[in-house]
Amino acid sequence: MLLLNLYNCLSTYLVIGAALFSFGVYGMVVRRTVIGMLISSEFILAAASTNFMAFNRFLAPDPVVGQIFTLFIMAIAAAEAAIAISIMIAVYRNFKTIDTDDLVDLQG
Amino acid sequence: MQTIVCQTTAAPALFTAEGMVGVIFLLTVTLVLTGAVIAVNAQRLVRAVAGLAICFTGLAGVYYFLLSPFLAMMQLLIYVGAVSILIAFGIMMADPEEKRGVGMKNRSPLAGPLAFSTGALMFAALTVLGLKTQWQVFPRQGTFDIKAVGMALLTTHSLVFELISIVLLLAIIGALVLAQRGRN
Repeated sequence: MLLLNLYNCLSTYLVIGAALFSFGVYGMVVRRTVIGMLISSEFILAAASTNFMAFNRFLAPDPVVGQIFTLFIMAIAAAEAAIAISIMIAVYRNFKTIDTDDLVDLQG
Repeated sequence: MQTIVCQTTAAPALFTAEGMVGVIFLLTVTLVLTGAVIAVNAQRLVRAVAGLAICFTGLAGVYYFLLSPFLAMMQLLIYVGAVSILIAFGIMMADPEEKRGVGMKNRSPLAGPLAFSTGALMFAALTVLGLKTQWQVFPRQGTFDIKAVGMALLTTHSLVFELISIVLLLAIIGALVLAQRGRN
């Protein structure tokens, strides 16, 4: 049962991170509302954190650095989500929609 | 020279403690991937947020397997408890609907397949890169425990710690100012 030893291998976590990153990229392209794109961007950040944690677990000499970096990524992601939601509320006040197809004031 | 870094190479049997841990890990990974698929593909955004919460719960389990229960707890608190709820509030206030066919007027029919192939290519490239690279393992010097994390946060990384608190403060003030503008 080689499948049951997966949690001890670095490659497993790298593949999980790659999957999360590509889900994020796919969602960024395919979503039509700003909130959908915000959700996808959270996946990209989570992929970065997963990679940092994996390298921290298996390769790094000092296993504190990766954890602290992931904590900082979490703080930045929380700040980013708060700012993005407030921008969305401001946009909704002006346009009455947050569909990306309708936000075309600069299109000329 | 080894390409795949594994902590132990012997595969455990199913009905041992290690085998059960492996089963739980597979369930956790299933949770992550299921949540991600729901979050990216759901028609209604409320379901997408639920998928986000499921995926981040699974990711907390993955962090636990990476020997960091503290980060697993933080993941649950910050992402599942705060960010998902915040996005849910944003959805409730703006009430966006993603219906098929309504917003498709400016969209080429190739957009969906192109987006899928972009994601698939990214995944393939990153997976090959992760599996083929010859990672170099350094001898372990520190420990994983939360005491070491706290010490490093307040000594080695204290400047970044202060900077991140300023960033958070500015984010709070900026969010208040942005959301308050145009209100009457």
